[in-house]
Amino acid sequence: MTTVPSGAPAGALVGPAGVRATARIVAVPDGRGGTALPALESDGPLALRRLRPEGREARVCLVGAMSAPLGGDALRLEASVAADAALRFTTAAATVALPGRTGAPATYDVRLDAGAGATLCWLPEPLVSARGSDLRQTTYVELDAGARLLLREVQVLGRAGEPTGRLVTRLVVRRAGRLLLDQELAYGDGCPGWDGGAVLGGHRAVGQVVVVDPAFADRPVPARVLGPSAVVTPLAGPAALVTAVAPDALALAGVLGPVMEELGPCPRPQGGGMRHSTPTYSQVTSAAGADEAGQFAPRTAGAAGIGPPMACSRPHPG
Amino acid sequence: MHTTVTAEPAGPPAGLGALLVLADGRFPAGGHAHSGGAEAAVAAGRITGAASLADFCRGRLHTTGLTSAALAAAAAAGVDPLALDDAADARTPSPALRAAARRLGRQLMRAARAAWPSAALDALAAARPRGAHQPVVLGLTARAAGLGPADAAYAAAYECVSGPATAAVRLLGLDPFDATAVLARLAPELDQVAARAARAARRAVDEGPDALPSASAPLLDITAEQHAAWPVRLFAS
Repeated sequence: MTTVPSGAPAGALVGPAGVRATARIVAVPDGRGGTALPALESDGPLALRRLRPEGREARVCLVGAMSAPLGGDALRLEASVAADAALRFTTAAATVALPGRTGAPATYDVRLDAGAGATLCWLPEPLVSARGSDLRQTTYVELDAGARLLLREVQVLGRAGEPTGRLVTRLVVRRAGRLLLDQELAYGDGCPGWDGGAVLGGHRAVGQVVVVDPAFADRPVPARVLGPSAVVTPLAGPAALVTAVAPDALALAGVLGPVMEELGPCPRPQGGGMRHSTPTYSQVTSAAGADEAGQFAPRTAGAAGIGPPMACSRPHPG
Repeated sequence: MHTTVTAEPAGPPAGLGALLVLADGRFPAGGHAHSGGAEAAVAAGRITGAASLADFCRGRLHTTGLTSAALAAAAAAGVDPLALDDAADARTPSPALRAAARRLGRQLMRAARAAWPSAALDALAAARPRGAHQPVVLGLTARAAGLGPADAAYAAAYECVSGPATAAVRLLGLDPFDATAVLARLAPELDQVAARAARAARRAVDEGPDALPSASAPLLDITAEQHAAWPVRLFAS
């Protein structure tokens, strides 16, 4: 279980260094074949909205309540999926890392756990590293041996036509206490060789999709080349990783979409059109490059019944 | 000079002589058959000459080079080699690269047991008959040779750039003087990476392998799988 430090702040603290905020989701079986959310705690820039459930799956969307992370911010997002519960997490828009006033790095720590028979689909929109920003992101996932996971992380280096900031991400997945994947990626100033032929070779969008499914123990996912810059690789355990690089987020989405559908445990929204849909990956990523302020109104927010955009902007440099 | 952090060093401390034997490109451990991703990068047009070779080697050094150097340093520092082998698996998502690392580990093990016989090498060979990850074997070999964690880190980090540089000479017909100049200019960064790896290894003695870096290079993972599927190739990886 993800533990919450005792005495966690009730609201976001804004200090000279930046915003400190922890948001939390707890998903448990509701006893009627669905999933309840006994905790859905927003904090500061991390505003969580409940979406219409789909079958057994509870759905939560993060909408940006202010532009974040800025340099100096310390954000934390926790989700715990109890045994036999199912949670799908999305974000209404790309997350844009922006510079702060002091030049201090921002941190964004995601802590996830899922119990036996649980399914967790963690599908945030891309993380965009804006010029001059400095973000350290960590994602740690703890899975029971009987849990299933579909997790996508996408990094976009710079908004349209600008150089990237500095972005360091670490993705760690453990299953039954055993390490499945530990991968750190570092781009931008201070990361020597990041754009050379061994690391990115000029590409500006990078994606990882992790799929963990106990069924892979008997039917491992074979290694497969998906194109000139994407592969599916079986990990040393019942799991697979998709690694892809592309010139931009849109091209990357075209590679990741089909393979996620093929490998992942998450059902697609059935029928209902916009009523059930969250913004698609390509919709928001195409906007990501254009919005200077890094503010993204959730495009289908009204239709999905998640309330108006929670834009309470605060000034940011530039 | 050698900071062996565990209470029981494997043998009497050794100096630069043993490190030169271990890090020599002619040490019969099979490394010459691997290009460290350079063959695929040349084919993709990402290495075309000395400048792009330097960019490639720099990126490899600071990503998988750092990760390998830290694993080797941790093994030399006395961290459990089987735990390090698992940590290496989790840091190597490409099955082609896991297979290459184990093949290289097995080959190095044979040479190492002849050069510096040790019970620790015998035990790892018995526990991983198909080969442990090469950096783990390298670190344990360094320990058997009386070398320290920083020495093991140097050997691993240097190998991670000397392999592609040597391969580029054969693949591109690059002037060997130019390739060597690339390595010479990377030497200060080699020092930095080896020092960082050795520091991480010291932490791993107390905190376990999770304290080790996991720096990765997406293109190396992607192209390793593509390269493994080529029907004809000059290098094994």
